[in-house]
Amino acid sequence: MEPNRSDVAHIGKSVIIKGELSGSEDLYLDGEVEGNIDLHNHNLVIGPNGRVRANVFAKDVVIHGTVDGSVTGVNKVELKKSALLNGDIMTQRIVIEDGAFFKGSIDIRKGEPAKAQPAVVGTPVASANTVAAVAVDREK
Amino acid sequence: MGFLRNLFGGGSAPASLPGEGGVRIARRSTGFHHFTRAILRPDGQKVLDLGPTSSSNLQFITGLGHKAYNDDVLMAAHAERFLIPGAEEGSTTVDVERFLDEELKYDAESFDAVLMWDVCDYLPESLVKPVVERIRSITKPRGALLAFFHTRDAGAEAPYYRYHIKNDETLELQNGPRFQLQRVFQNRHVENLFHDYTSIKFFLGKDNIREILLIR
Repeated sequence: MEPNRSDVAHIGKSVIIKGELSGSEDLYLDGEVEGNIDLHNHNLVIGPNGRVRANVFAKDVVIHGTVDGSVTGVNKVELKKSALLNGDIMTQRIVIEDGAFFKGSIDIRKGEPAKAQPAVVGTPVASANTVAAVAVDREK
Repeated sequence: MGFLRNLFGGGSAPASLPGEGGVRIARRSTGFHHFTRAILRPDGQKVLDLGPTSSSNLQFITGLGHKAYNDDVLMAAHAERFLIPGAEEGSTTVDVERFLDEELKYDAESFDAVLMWDVCDYLPESLVKPVVERIRSITKPRGALLAFFHTRDAGAEAPYYRYHIKNDETLELQNGPRFQLQRVFQNRHVENLFHDYTSIKFFLGKDNIREILLIR
C-alpha cells in the first residue's frame, strides 16, 4: 500500500501537523493533519492511519483513513473500503469501495473543479517547492 | 482522536449478518422506476440517499447529472452517543432532541428528491415521526420521496438489506447490518405519516415490500 519512498513525500503515523500543507510533489499522509492541504497538480494518498481534519485539494485523492473536510480531486477521488469521509467531494471521477463510509455530497464536474474554499485556517505555513511539514507534536 | 471519535459517534454498529456484504440479489422495482422518471429532468437536482454508502447509488445519481448526497440515517440512529436511560430500569431510549440537533441538518427545502428506502421500518419508535417531519422540511415542494415498507407477511425477522441501484428499474439487495424490524405499518399509518404530501402512490412487490412514491 505504501508507495516507494523515493517517489513521494511521506508523513508517518506518529506525526501531528496543525497548519497548512502545500507542495509540488505527491504525498503519502499517514499521520494527523488539522488545517488545509493543497497539492494542486499532485496526488495525495491518505493512509489507513491518516486522520485529516482539513479541506483537501489535489489531482488524485485516495483515502484509506479518516477525513473531516471537503475533498477536491481535480481528476479523481477514491474511497477505499476502510475510508471514513465526512465532507463534500468535488471531482471528475469518483470510485468508492464497498465498506467505505461517506457522509456528504458529491458534485461531479467535468473539466477542472474549482479549488474548495478553506473552512479551517490554521497557523500559516509558507509554501515551498517541497511539502512543508511542521511537526507540532509527536506521539510517544 | 477524540474529535474524530465524536465526529463519527464512537458508537458500535449492530452486529453484522454472516456474509454481510457479498452477493447481491437483483430485484425489479416499479417504485424506483417511477422515482427515476420523476427526477429525470432537469439536470443539477439535489438527491439525498438515506441508506448506507453505495457506490452504485452515487454513480447512478451523478450519472443523471445530479448532485448526490449520502446520509446513513439508520447507522446514525443506532449510535451510542444518542442513547439515554429509558423509563424502565435498565432500558435505553433515543435522545430525539440531540439526534435532530446533530443529524439531518440541512437547509429547509434543500432537496429535489429523497431515497428513504425502508428506514422507517427500522428506526427506533421515538424517531419515526421526527425524522419523517425533518425529511419533509428539507424536501422542496413538488419534490419526490421513495420509501419502502414491509408488509405483515414479511415477518418479524425480516432481514435488513442494503439497496444498490443497478439501473432505472432494478435494485440489488445486499445483506446489511443486523438491524431489527421495529414495526409493520398499515397503509393508513403510512398515509397518516406522510399526510402533508400532495401525492402518494403504492406499488406492491412480490417480496412483501410496499414501495411508495410521494410528492411533497
